[in-house]
Amino acid sequence: MDAKTPLSAATKKRLPPEFSILLVLVGIACLFEVLGWFLVGQSFLANMSRLQIIILQVSVIGIIAVGVTQVIITGGIDLSSGSVVAMSGMIAATFAQDANWPKIIHPSLVDLPFIVPLFVGLAVGAAAGFVNGWLITKTKIPPFIATLGMMVSARGIARWYTDGSPVSGFTESFAMIGNGMGRWMPVVVFLIVALVFHIVMRYTRFGKFTYAIGANPQAARVSGINIDAHLIKVYMIAGLLAGLAAMVAIARIKTAQAGMGMMYELDAIAAAVIGGVSLSGGRGRITGTVIGALILGVMLSGFTFLRVDAYYQDIIKGAIIVAAVVVDMHRQNKRKKAS
Amino acid sequence: MSSASISAMEETSVNNAIPQSRPYEYALEVVDVRKEFPGVVALDNVQLKIRPGTVHALMGENGAGKSTLMKVIAGIYHPDRGEVRLRGEPVTLATPLAAQEAGIAMIHQELLLMDYMTVAENIWIRREPKNAFGLVDHAEMRRMTVELFDRLNINLDPDVEISELSVANRQMVEIAKAVSFNSDVLIMDEPTSAITETEVAHLFEIIRDLRLQGIGIVYITHKMNELFEIADEFSVFRDGQYIGTHLSSEVNRDDIIRMMVGRDISQMFPKEEVEIGDVVLSVKNLTREGVFRDVSFDVRAGEILGLAGLVGSGRSDVAEAVFGVKTADSGTIEINGERVDIREPHDAIAHGMAFLTEDRKETGCFLPLDIQENVQSAVIHDAFVKNGFVQEQALVEQSVDICNKLRVKTPDMHECIENLSGGNQQKVLIGRWLLTNPKILILDEPTRGIDVGAKAEIHGLITQLAHDGVAVIMISSELPEVLGMSDRVLVMHEGHVTGILDRDEADQVKIMDLAAQ
Repeated sequence: MDAKTPLSAATKKRLPPEFSILLVLVGIACLFEVLGWFLVGQSFLANMSRLQIIILQVSVIGIIAVGVTQVIITGGIDLSSGSVVAMSGMIAATFAQDANWPKIIHPSLVDLPFIVPLFVGLAVGAAAGFVNGWLITKTKIPPFIATLGMMVSARGIARWYTDGSPVSGFTESFAMIGNGMGRWMPVVVFLIVALVFHIVMRYTRFGKFTYAIGANPQAARVSGINIDAHLIKVYMIAGLLAGLAAMVAIARIKTAQAGMGMMYELDAIAAAVIGGVSLSGGRGRITGTVIGALILGVMLSGFTFLRVDAYYQDIIKGAIIVAAVVVDMHRQNKRKKAS
Repeated sequence: MSSASISAMEETSVNNAIPQSRPYEYALEVVDVRKEFPGVVALDNVQLKIRPGTVHALMGENGAGKSTLMKVIAGIYHPDRGEVRLRGEPVTLATPLAAQEAGIAMIHQELLLMDYMTVAENIWIRREPKNAFGLVDHAEMRRMTVELFDRLNINLDPDVEISELSVANRQMVEIAKAVSFNSDVLIMDEPTSAITETEVAHLFEIIRDLRLQGIGIVYITHKMNELFEIADEFSVFRDGQYIGTHLSSEVNRDDIIRMMVGRDISQMFPKEEVEIGDVVLSVKNLTREGVFRDVSFDVRAGEILGLAGLVGSGRSDVAEAVFGVKTADSGTIEINGERVDIREPHDAIAHGMAFLTEDRKETGCFLPLDIQENVQSAVIHDAFVKNGFVQEQALVEQSVDICNKLRVKTPDMHECIENLSGGNQQKVLIGRWLLTNPKILILDEPTRGIDVGAKAEIHGLITQLAHDGVAVIMISSELPEVLGMSDRVLVMHEGHVTGILDRDEADQVKIMDLAAQ
């Protein structure tokens, strides 16, 4: 037993766990490419505008999923993101209107610099996250219930705020948030958000606390981590990113309505889960979630490209989410048995 | 299950279980079993022979292959080679259920009961008596449970939910359940690791009773005194190999340790006389209503204060209060003469305290995370952090140093902690606290469920820390450990301090006297 070679600080290079998910993404894309030539007679990938649509669609869900991923890593769940998108979108939109638009919600608040509605949107999202986090840590109710409540209430606020009427007529500067950089702005925002939180999760104290809490909250507490404060921050980040996603979404389509963002929370959770984030907490990476979101986007676009009926699309999407978790569980069990 | 096997059992108990009167000599035989996992030979042609009506202890360090062997016997693993014979006949145990039905019952270390079901429901699950409508007959189930408990001298209400029972009582339920299968072989994996002395006495009574009924009992333990008290025979394993089987009356403690580790452990408790410094931690009149009252003590630099008492006497609760896990209602805590306010563990850590908790799985390990992430969790608050970013390089270097010093057995720091043995997990958790350079170290059952070799290493380490001037509080249910390691022993009983004994006046009798009153 003593004859062991001592450990060293040098780390063995291991294949990152996201590699297999990346392979799945490539596999699906190739599958559509081949099917495309056979069934539709054209290339799936060699079509710049299609690729742009895929990644633009993915961006909004992706921004949300980056926040939801962190919540799931703490062992929680956030069901409110879609409704928070609608709520912060509606509220922020009323601060983004152009003076020449016929239907002004706040007549005294027009032609404001884009930073005002942007700030309002982010603040509303963060506030919703704060309420989620506060409820979960102070009343000890399960995250599922707290965020389910927020999901219903935030949607209600979005409807109540303008009596259900949509808000349009944004200033040019605000619309740039969704259309700038040659219409690539949502993608840029998504990539920056993903990069920032990838770094946060891997290299900062904040990220390490998040993993520790998800892995074992009691051990985290004994290690000196202030769990309540940290969880509130994580839920606030998730809310803030939902708010940011809302800004990108309404700026891109230049209108906000109370019904927007429906089911986004489920797509975000699906992206995380497909990307290998464990619903039991403590495991998962932002890179996985990004790939997971891309898989969802490619599938959606691929099915449309192959003219698969929308009903089938949902059926297949559901099956793929379940399959992703099954594969993940299987992998974890195999890893445990290997000891 | 079947009435035939019940009457067979009654017969044997009447005959008082004379093994020779059976057509077979061994209730269970393991012959040349080999089991490989990718990269490891977990069992290398091992054997094991259990006579009916005996208690057969299984000894060996963690990682010696005991658990793997038990899993083979219980049908969880399938051997690559060799065979298992039950009552002289070779059997193939495809699943745990098949093993159970063949007459092998296993009581796992982590009890596998359903918390929100009653005692009776847990025992008879899958075998519930049915009434005329095919529905579960609760009255009959209750009667069967009472009958079973009577036979085993267990005094429990069949209708109470498992979640309301203590660990010891849950164990009783597990034993009753195992017996209800009329098993010939009963495997017990460290049954005393979480129960009090009186409960152990009751457990042993039951085991002796089962022995009289002709059951062959495989008893896995790390505790020497139990071996001599309860076991007729024992087998030793080391590094996946079978070392030998002996009568427990033939050997002494040192013989067994030598067989287990393959070398002499010079001293079980390498206690050193060190110079005792000033009072570092002073606790005065600490009280939490209904749990403990007026607890006062001092610990000095270089001193090891042992905390003894039965499980439930409030020892761990006091430690949790001092560390801020569950704060006390009144009383004061002083560090280096200054009163401190500790509301949360991070306050305690900021004051130079460290706390190795009692339950490795529940409050210690981050099971899904790797060794590096487990060892660093208490030092990524301020040390090793710059502008919020963790200083990976320095942190990893120091973590590796600590793990090497503690001789953690692992291929590399990215191994998931779940894959380590109990002793190695414990070393990693100790390493976590050593990284914080504590001035006050609280250890709650530091060697529970750990093999002899690792135990001695941990004892050596505690001595070394005391030598370096750390004030140590050590809670332990093992009296030899408390007596061997402590400078003074504080004894608790039902939430009160009943005495503080100096090293030279403390002995087993005095401590038990104070602990049981």
